[in-house]
Amino acid sequence: MASYRTPLGRARGLGAAHHGASHWLAERVSAIALVPLVLWAIFGVLRLATLDYQGAVLWVSSPLNAVLLVLLTATAYWHMHAGMRVIVEDYIHKTLTKAILLMLNLSVSVLVGVLAIFSILKVALGGAL
Amino acid sequence: MVQLALPKNSRVQKGRHHPAPAGATKVKTFKVYRYDPETSENPRWDTYDVDVDACGPMVLDVLIHIKNTMDPTLAFRRSCREGVCGSCAMNVGGRNTLACTHGHTETPGADCQISPLPSMPVLKDLIPDLSHFYAQYASIEPWLHTTSPEPQGEWLQSPEDREKIDGLYECILCACCTTSCPSYWWNGEKYLGPATLLHAYRWLIDSRDEATGDRLDALEDPFKLYRCHTIMNCAQVCPKGLNPAKAIAEVKKMLADRIV
Repeated sequence: MASYRTPLGRARGLGAAHHGASHWLAERVSAIALVPLVLWAIFGVLRLATLDYQGAVLWVSSPLNAVLLVLLTATAYWHMHAGMRVIVEDYIHKTLTKAILLMLNLSVSVLVGVLAIFSILKVALGGAL
Repeated sequence: MVQLALPKNSRVQKGRHHPAPAGATKVKTFKVYRYDPETSENPRWDTYDVDVDACGPMVLDVLIHIKNTMDPTLAFRRSCREGVCGSCAMNVGGRNTLACTHGHTETPGADCQISPLPSMPVLKDLIPDLSHFYAQYASIEPWLHTTSPEPQGEWLQSPEDREKIDGLYECILCACCTTSCPSYWWNGEKYLGPATLLHAYRWLIDSRDEATGDRLDALEDPFKLYRCHTIMNCAQVCPKGLNPAKAIAEVKKMLADRIV
């Protein structure tokens, strides 16, 4: 079927969403935050490799380590969610498929992220001893 | 989902061979994309053995030579033949460029493959349909927006402010950059593409324009602007040596400036 829509009408489409700047900024801020957090995490893993179970629990229980672990996990999952979202928006053009994948991305990121943070807190607050 | 193979009636088939004329001194083969909307045939690759000693050094010279002496049915756009009008933008040897400023010896390899700009509907042979591209350009309202009373003479601008639009105003809208952008291939319906965004920035930093905020409002959109992932194909292919990716980055910085 021929479309009689003018090229300008088609180009203007639904207009601008008036958002995107904060998402773009947050992607970059989280990426910058992840640099020191991941470097610290590498140091942490090397440290943990030298410890036994009790030592590892004690390491995670230290306030600084617990807080940094929670920050690392939260930032990493947020950043992963933001990146995956952009990939879905890039390549998926069917509204229903796109909506399902975006919701799946959100729920998996939140579920796994919250599970990881809960596990860290459980160990840190003495639930693993 | 992304379509990985061309639809059946778009697959390019082997076409006709046009041999070099008798007495040719230096023969080079040009493989040219052909499509005729008047027939129900698939597009095809025609090969032309051209006597390059008999024509000029540029790809456009070769195409004109083919049309004049070998095959008058070949269709392509051309006008200024000196890189000013942007009509003869096409894909030469896998790279978007202007046929008039690209020497046929610049493309490595013995053969030279010529096809229309990628991702656009083809009207005929090397002629793409650029209506959507032009409409996207029109959608950013590429003219001066002011509300202050008109001055007696012209709107004044300092030499320093004038310098800010160097590297932007030179764009001739040939569409080489926009049609080389993978983000535009996937989302060209909504993503404005590098050429239009470069022009959007040209009006954003024009010191005489009074609608900067409105212009930014119209650009802040996950698709219109933020589909640019700094792939840089635009800057690589621009036949005028401009850098649309940098202009887009500046627009993103202006939008970030509004919120922090």
